[in-house]
Amino acid sequence: MPADSLVKISDINFAYDDRDILKGINMDIPRGKLVAIMGNSGCGKTTLLRLIGGQLRPTRGTLLVDGESVPDMNHRELYDMRRRMGMLFQFGALFTDISVYDNVAYLMREHTNLPEELIHDMVLMKLNAVGLRGAHHLMPSELSGGMARRVALARAIALDPMLIMYDEPFAGLDPISMGVIGQLIRTLNDALGATTLLVTHDVQEALLIVDYVYFVSDGQIVAQGTPDEIRASSDPFVHQFVFGEADGPVHFHYPAVPFQQELLRGGARG
Amino acid sequence: MAEKGSLAVIELVRSIGHRVNSSVQRLGFAARFFVMILVYSGQSFRRLHLTIREIYFSGFQSLLIILVSGLFIGMVLGMQGYETLQRYGSSEALGVLVALSLTRELGPVVSALLFASRAGSSITAEIGLMKATEQLTAMDMMAVNPIARVVAPRFWGGVISMPLLAALFSAIGVFGGYLVGVVLIGVDEGAFWSQMQGSVDFRFDVWNGIVKSFVFGVAVSLIAVFEGYDATPTAEGVSSSIKRTVVYSALAILALDFVLTSFMFRGL
Repeated sequence: MPADSLVKISDINFAYDDRDILKGINMDIPRGKLVAIMGNSGCGKTTLLRLIGGQLRPTRGTLLVDGESVPDMNHRELYDMRRRMGMLFQFGALFTDISVYDNVAYLMREHTNLPEELIHDMVLMKLNAVGLRGAHHLMPSELSGGMARRVALARAIALDPMLIMYDEPFAGLDPISMGVIGQLIRTLNDALGATTLLVTHDVQEALLIVDYVYFVSDGQIVAQGTPDEIRASSDPFVHQFVFGEADGPVHFHYPAVPFQQELLRGGARG
Repeated sequence: MAEKGSLAVIELVRSIGHRVNSSVQRLGFAARFFVMILVYSGQSFRRLHLTIREIYFSGFQSLLIILVSGLFIGMVLGMQGYETLQRYGSSEALGVLVALSLTRELGPVVSALLFASRAGSSITAEIGLMKATEQLTAMDMMAVNPIARVVAPRFWGGVISMPLLAALFSAIGVFGGYLVGVVLIGVDEGAFWSQMQGSVDFRFDVWNGIVKSFVFGVAVSLIAVFEGYDATPTAEGVSSSIKRTVVYSALAILALDFVLTSFMFRGL
């Protein structure tokens, strides 16, 4: 990977109370690239995004975004950095009391003093980029899941961010919407000259569009590589994940005492 | 057996300790939250339309329930007051009774209780649902402070609306008392108004009532925004937050009313 990283994560640890979520993560996100973080649910992917956005602080390790240490930032510095970031939340997180248009215009009105005519043109441009210019007057409750995700995407890129983070952008979408969102993520990254970080567990969709992949399991990076390397990998975890096998290094069963023992204990109680 | 009993006692003590601990912690968090609202109020006042919008939603939209309730309470006061006063031959004092009951007590207290259940609960629901659907987190990630943008305008909207609603409640209540006492029962109109004018002191009665309703407004609005902001982000969590807003507001209003009354009217 090239040396010029927008996000550089070294030996990051994070724990909720006593529960370790991330254990010594190292990661480089090069400028201009589209990098995916994959892993099964609850492996710490979203936590990683929240650490990069400064919503959580790591218990140990360094995390640099554009050369600046995120955990050491004060409130003002953090907000300055977040203005240069765009984030798409798992279910869009659109503001439900305002229209699609106002959702996309939200950041422009909050963070700039641009005249309303200019904001109007910019909003329509962003909505056009996601194919929803004609839906600008609708309320979020009138949108389908895929459309809501696209509006959230338009909102995330409203101020042309340097880093766009996507948290499970494919979750709950039909195959067509999934393809549309996937292509948009790639196109927008290249058109805006941004850097993109994609957290997902949709391997097939993600492998089509990303430049590099990190696999996270149980708070650690277990594999990494380009999509071709991942497809050709013989690593048992990657194999199980890419081909969606029910059992493997990631067990089907949640840890429990042996079933026979539990049944006998239940019988004794009865 | 004895061991089981002592285990149960330990469990009981532990759960009481845990409850006390978490209540104190929550109280501390609420106090800190209140300070944060005050700190970020400047930012939200610079964009006054946000607060005006909230005055419309919590104040203006509560008008109907406040006015109708005020009218009925005034009419009941007129009836009950007349029934008692005429036993002592002082039914002309009906105006005084109605006006003092309303400005000192019923106006601020009942309108605050109504405000808590009408506007307080909807503020909690709105903020709680915004939290549950990650809207507050999204806002924070967009470098927009949710306390300045969402919480402070709703808080000030409530604080500003409350005294106005209480004043309207008292005014329409007096009119209700007039309708029943003077128009229906036939108490002398001149005595009704002149005794009221003579006995109701602006600073002692009206002003104290306004102070009360302002304090209730702060309490109810703070409880409503805090419960919403602190809600567990699930359907069940939001619903129990709404319940807590109504219950805690009612208790806070009644307790504060006792404290304020004992300070304001201690010379009596």
